[in-house]
Amino acid sequence: MRRLAVYLKNYKKESILAPFFKFLEVVFDLLVPVVIARMIDVGIAGNNREVIIQNFFILLLMAAAGLTVSITAQFFAAKASTGFAAELRQAVFDHVQSFSFSQLDRLGTDTLITRLTDDINQVQNGLNMGLRLLLRSPFIVLGSMVMAFTVNVRCALIFVVAIPVLFLAVFLIMYLSIPLFRNVQGKLDKVTGLTRENLTGVRVIRAFCREQESVAEFDLHNRELTKLNEFVGKLSALLNPLTYVLINLATVILISRAGIQVHLGNMQQGEVVALYNYMAQMIIELIKLASLIITLNKSAACAGRVADILKITPAMDYPEETAAHTPSACAVAFEHVTFSYPDTGAPSLSDISFSVEKGQTVGIIGGTGSGKTTLVNLIARFYDATEGQVLLDGQNIRNYTQDVLREKIGVVPQKAALFKGTIRENMKWGREDATDEEIWAALSMAQAREIVEKKEGQLDFHLTQNGKNLSGGQRQRLTIARALVKNPEILILDDSASALDFATDAALRKALHALRGNVTTFLVSQRSASIRHAEQILVLDDGLLVGKGTHDQLVDSCETYREIFFSQFPEERTKYTENHKAESFPASKREGNP
Amino acid sequence: MSISKKTKSSSMETFKKVLRFIGRYRFLLIASIVLAAVSVILQLYVPILFGNAIDEIVARNQVHFSKMWQYLWQILILAALSGAASWVMNLINNRMTYRTVQDIRTKAIRHIQVLPLSYLDRHSTGDIISRVIADADTLSDGLLLGFTQLFSGVVTIMGTLVFMFSKNVFITLLIIVLTPLSFFVAKFISSHSFQMFRRQSEARGAQTALIEEMIGNQKVVQAFGYEEKSSARFSRINEELKEASQHAIFYSSLTNPATRFVNNLIYAAVALTGALLIPKGALTVGGLSVMLAYANQYMKPFNDISSVITELQNALACASRIFSLLEEEPESSDASGTLSDVKGNVAIEHVSFRYVPDKPLIEDFNLKAAPGRRIALVGPTGCGKTTFINLLMRFYDVDSGTISVDGKSIRQVSRHALRSSYGMVLQDTWIKSGTVRENIIIGKPEASEEEIIQAAKMSHSWEFIRRLPDGLDTILKEDSLSQGQKQLLCITRVMLCLPPMLILDEATSSIDTRTELMIQKAFDRLMQGRTSFIVAHRLSTIRGADEILVMKDGSIIEQGTHEKLMEKGGFYKTLYNSQFVNTAE
Repeated sequence: MRRLAVYLKNYKKESILAPFFKFLEVVFDLLVPVVIARMIDVGIAGNNREVIIQNFFILLLMAAAGLTVSITAQFFAAKASTGFAAELRQAVFDHVQSFSFSQLDRLGTDTLITRLTDDINQVQNGLNMGLRLLLRSPFIVLGSMVMAFTVNVRCALIFVVAIPVLFLAVFLIMYLSIPLFRNVQGKLDKVTGLTRENLTGVRVIRAFCREQESVAEFDLHNRELTKLNEFVGKLSALLNPLTYVLINLATVILISRAGIQVHLGNMQQGEVVALYNYMAQMIIELIKLASLIITLNKSAACAGRVADILKITPAMDYPEETAAHTPSACAVAFEHVTFSYPDTGAPSLSDISFSVEKGQTVGIIGGTGSGKTTLVNLIARFYDATEGQVLLDGQNIRNYTQDVLREKIGVVPQKAALFKGTIRENMKWGREDATDEEIWAALSMAQAREIVEKKEGQLDFHLTQNGKNLSGGQRQRLTIARALVKNPEILILDDSASALDFATDAALRKALHALRGNVTTFLVSQRSASIRHAEQILVLDDGLLVGKGTHDQLVDSCETYREIFFSQFPEERTKYTENHKAESFPASKREGNP
Repeated sequence: MSISKKTKSSSMETFKKVLRFIGRYRFLLIASIVLAAVSVILQLYVPILFGNAIDEIVARNQVHFSKMWQYLWQILILAALSGAASWVMNLINNRMTYRTVQDIRTKAIRHIQVLPLSYLDRHSTGDIISRVIADADTLSDGLLLGFTQLFSGVVTIMGTLVFMFSKNVFITLLIIVLTPLSFFVAKFISSHSFQMFRRQSEARGAQTALIEEMIGNQKVVQAFGYEEKSSARFSRINEELKEASQHAIFYSSLTNPATRFVNNLIYAAVALTGALLIPKGALTVGGLSVMLAYANQYMKPFNDISSVITELQNALACASRIFSLLEEEPESSDASGTLSDVKGNVAIEHVSFRYVPDKPLIEDFNLKAAPGRRIALVGPTGCGKTTFINLLMRFYDVDSGTISVDGKSIRQVSRHALRSSYGMVLQDTWIKSGTVRENIIIGKPEASEEEIIQAAKMSHSWEFIRRLPDGLDTILKEDSLSQGQKQLLCITRVMLCLPPMLILDEATSSIDTRTELMIQKAFDRLMQGRTSFIVAHRLSTIRGADEILVMKDGSIIEQGTHEKLMEKGGFYKTLYNSQFVNTAE
């Protein structure tokens, strides 16, 4: 919580003034019974109309003054809470942007978005309410007690006992029920989850005739939720009746004491009314306080979640400046690189070594989960190798500043992410100062020229969020163009042509091939046709580099590669087995033994 | 005019339905209302007794202790009774609301099982979930609690009026005349702050959209070094939001001080009139203290009632959303026919089908699949491949024509009988939260450990299952598995049941070709003599099929084996050859 207090720094003045003015309001509220008492004891008892009218005007003045200070308090509270929330949001947003990829993986974007939106809103509400009301109730409760003392010390002692007892009752009930409310939320989440499952899995459930079982499982959790709700309800239902009875008990004792005091001549009737009013004021405030605390408790939980995000220190560090080095002929090299994702057992890549000359096209192929994406993510330093080192232009990748690294490398990720805005704006993500000609050139190369030409406004065509007004294949081509606009030294396409039909895919590869000479290209694919003509092919199998070389070399030497290739081009298998008949063995034998 | 009348009558309609729904709790509802009345009247009577007690404390040596104590004892008893009444009322309300929610949800989930897929496909999951979860909550909270609150509010107002009149008519009239003032003030403020709230929610919406984009695609943002720019964009929107919220919060929070100000004025007026009336003997001091307490209390239910009415309207809106789900026509009633010892002779005759009446999709479709044949479907997106499967499984009913299995029209057999004779794997993998084992045994809950492992080995999922922290008992969440692993798991499900026929709709699209080939081999062995339908994007997947159907715009344009189709040199050949283009030249 203290971590968040920093963001209130610029609103120190406001966050002191808001409760202060609220305090003044309380003072006026507390003086009302005193004025009424004077009306009764001096005005009525002495039959003095002047005093009565005089006190009436005092009441009016106090009401006006109360209005002024309370509006002032609201103003400062609103200013402090919204200002605080704005600074906090910016800080969290910037902080998230400094997270490494493994941190983003671990936290998940959904969580981060909730923290930035709902959670911070809750904190803002909590702060606003807290500044205005949190101090008001104790002010009134304690103020009532102080005022009671000025009226009659002996009677006021009842307040001293009553207040702690009431507080204790309220807090005990809340202390017991708040953790239960959290359990209720957990159960409700489960019921929601099951509802979602029943909807998203409707085809599977029906195909396997599992309707009955689904309903039974849902019923079980639904009943549990109801049971827990009713249990918590029993407890929290006690709050109001209990405080009501307690406060009446205290008032009865108060009146009986007051009766004795009046009888002895230590007090007047009007003062009894004043004491009674103070007691009444207290009840109202205590009940308000209870509901306020529930709200504040919620915001405190949210504040805790936001603070957790700020607590995380970014895991990647970059040097201030890129170390000087002599350019090398080798664009990228891996030296015994091993990588494991955090919190997982087996490494995703083990002991990988290879080197790529500048201008080469490198194909990366392998089965599902074999580590292809992980490998290219290491080239862009989205993650750091657990062991071994990655060299870029002959220099350890960790010696580059973030800016230099991002400039050198263009990545087209698997998930085609575009942003709300014009096509031109999206293309300029690659390079801020790209001209329209350069953008068109990149679009042509990515086979996306036609798409853009058909759109209304062409480069000014507005994409909706995530580019949803384009098809999957169109999006993919635009993300490729975006990376090409950057004009990177190293271009990485991570299975980014999967939504393209074969003809477009081929045309794209042809265009990329023309880049040769200046650009080192990495092509990740499951289609062997896509990488067949690369100068170097890396074959991955379960995190191991099981083959590297050209297509022809690998067909001869690499079992895994051969299997992948033949699974897509069966007639090649026939040719191959015919050619190798002398030394070969029947294909069927291999199939049974992956 | 007519529109408002119409909505009124439809909300009456909804209200009646709600009453029918909570009918089984009507005794609880009546009890709750009675208890509310009891507790409110007692609570209102207590200040009068206090006033009486204070009146017995006149001055020095003029305190009538016995009478005072008589009042005080009454107070204690009434306070205890009122407390007890309101506690029991709370318990009853809890039970009523939670049980109603439970009933609604139970009914909804049962209804979802029988709704036609056409309804579920048309409505977003989020929308239906929010009906079952959030709307049900709002309905029960708003309607039942709102109802009792409304009732106790009315009782409070009436009771207060009666008690006040019994004390002093003039002051009561004064209060009645003055109180609407604070209403008007509150109304005035809220109508003016509405504009600012709208600005706030617009700014908030824009900001949330930016957050979703930038944080949701944070990896791309970082890959392109866009952090500073996105931070600057965020900052601009953030500043706007701050301004808007500050205004909205400030103006709306004026309601409270303003109404309190009006109340204080009324309070002062009551004090003045009371004080002037006492010497004339029209009121006692104790009576004045009661009137002052009532003046404060009288206002509260009015404010409550206005908020309760909004809540009630809201609850009714939710109720109508829930009812529109519950009243949605279920699937056509089920036939009772069974299929036994299925051979897999599937015949499709003159079938036509459209999702939207004026958009033809499948027209006069004919196909005969002999037992044991492997039928593959290829074609561009939207050509009707997936629709075809929807019809085979009877997720949708054909508009005309017939589909039959072993000579029996599928309309004459029960859906369960039909569906359990197919094993289906879809591209859109579905993993339920639970353990790996629970996910695999969906189609065969009684499967033994050996059978499960056997099926997992055959579908090549065993390799990754084995490596999971708790093996088969690992609890799966939404993101614990990769897309390919999810598909393997879905295939394992089918491998375990061994149904007589098989449907694979892009079932291996996320699995690498080598593993796919091995899975196909396993299927081949299993499916010997069993009919299977395969939809695939990858041509390598389908080329071994006995018959390839090339679909375009809802009908079959080419049909035959791979070799035949290549020979024919049509659409299929173009499609197939495009994967061999050499780019190096």
